[in-house]
Amino acid sequence: MPQITYVTPDDSEFTVDVPLGTTVMEGSVRNNLPGIIAECGGGCSCATCHVHISEEFNAYFDEPSDDEIELLQFSETFCSRSRLACQLIVTEKCDGMRLTIPPGNDG
Amino acid sequence: MARPSMPAPGMEAPGSVVVVGAGHAGTTLVGLLRQRGYQGSIVLLGAEEHIPYHRPPLSKRFLGEDYRQDLRPGDFYHASDIDLRCGAMVSSIDTDRHKVSVSDGSVLDYDALVIATGARPRKLTIPGTDLDGVLYLRSLSDAAELRAGLLRGGRLVVVGGGYVGLEVAAEARSRSIPVTVLEREKRVLARVASPQFSELLTRHHERRGTQVRTGADVAAFHGANGRVTGVELGDGSVLECDVALVGVGAIPNEELAVEAGITCDGGIVVDNSARTSAPNVYAIGDVTRRPTAGRHIRFESIPSAVEQAKQVVAALLGADPPAVEVPWFWSDQFDLKLKIAGVQSDTDTVVCRGNPESGKFALFHLTSANVVVSAETSNSPGLFMGSKKFINDQVAVDPVQLSDDSVDLQRVRSYPEEKADAPDHLRNT
Repeated sequence: MPQITYVTPDDSEFTVDVPLGTTVMEGSVRNNLPGIIAECGGGCSCATCHVHISEEFNAYFDEPSDDEIELLQFSETFCSRSRLACQLIVTEKCDGMRLTIPPGNDG
Repeated sequence: MARPSMPAPGMEAPGSVVVVGAGHAGTTLVGLLRQRGYQGSIVLLGAEEHIPYHRPPLSKRFLGEDYRQDLRPGDFYHASDIDLRCGAMVSSIDTDRHKVSVSDGSVLDYDALVIATGARPRKLTIPGTDLDGVLYLRSLSDAAELRAGLLRGGRLVVVGGGYVGLEVAAEARSRSIPVTVLEREKRVLARVASPQFSELLTRHHERRGTQVRTGADVAAFHGANGRVTGVELGDGSVLECDVALVGVGAIPNEELAVEAGITCDGGIVVDNSARTSAPNVYAIGDVTRRPTAGRHIRFESIPSAVEQAKQVVAALLGADPPAVEVPWFWSDQFDLKLKIAGVQSDTDTVVCRGNPESGKFALFHLTSANVVVSAETSNSPGLFMGSKKFINDQVAVDPVQLSDDSVDLQRVRSYPEEKADAPDHLRNT
């Protein structure tokens, strides 16, 4: 099972196993990690699962939809590495991935 | 997963927290408590037999395979030292002795109590509501019944043109089920949406074959062999159907609080820390009436429930209260993803941006000073996020520019002089 490291807004690090086929958001919620709220449960509706992902790993995921980009663009912490974690489906290639959760997901 | 507890100076976290109600509000709260390092005992009492689940999919995709979506995996509660008790009905609360009585005879002591009992569907009091096939929608088992009823085939009548009713209608129509929506008022969503938004959504439903009848009073349900066969309207006509879904609003489950002497007014009255009138008793979610814009309002929405859960966590752990959020909710109907921000109220100006015919648009509601107070958006997540910022900052906008799709949304608002332009990352490139 791929291991993913979540760096939370207070700079704590959590490395957890995330099942294949689930999302990066679910990996956080299953382990009750701080920083990702995921109000809508993964519907690309609420924008409370904003993460920053390195270019290397971003290439392993599907391109963001227009909806995803629009939701992210208004965040104070939006950048070229921004994604919504609910749209990122975990594959073998995600093993060792390290991502940062910017502040702001919790309002 | 627990991190070191960091109680604020001079403040001690309660030794035990009892949460009555295991919906989105209560379950979010207990997760956040453990996330923030709370180490006392947590009991989460759920009236239903299922472990806590997401409610929105029940009306939005009950005909799909994935409408059951647990809030947390089943092993989460034990692993997080949360004593989740499903099927636990609370019979009374004693706020003087800090005790909760459960119908199985057990009595729980609490240092802090959180009431998150939610709401239940308002029932119709007309003949025939006890017939099989006359359904309400709130719980997973309600959704399973509705699903089974419609998968058998037949015609659906939805009584009540609110958000739940329209979502059910859309899901059924998407599977080619004949659907009629009956609304007593002159338009659907009469209490919760602007007339313009109601009209656009009505047209969207009608184009997809849904019959929408407004000004329609329902007098009785007709049946044969104990099963519904039709709906009788106020004018005596009868609409045949095989399933009738009643969605005419929700009533807060405030009885426990009323009996305990806690101040209620069509919902448990709380402040901005989710405190009730009783010491060490909080209330969150659909059961509450919370202060917003100088009034006390009931918000039946996930974002409101989550915000209140954060308020309680801050209060219990002695942290700073979280920032006040702009209220919002979402609805999915056919291909439309609707997001509504702010509180619907009488405003002076409605500005439409985008193209309603394409389904991609937003209605901004402005005061006489051109300050945005609410927005109803469809397939426009960027306009929704922008509107939330406008509402939060209470900024004036230029209505003409706002209506012009070609003008960047960030340039529509008037920034204070020292920040004469949009943040760098939002500049047009």
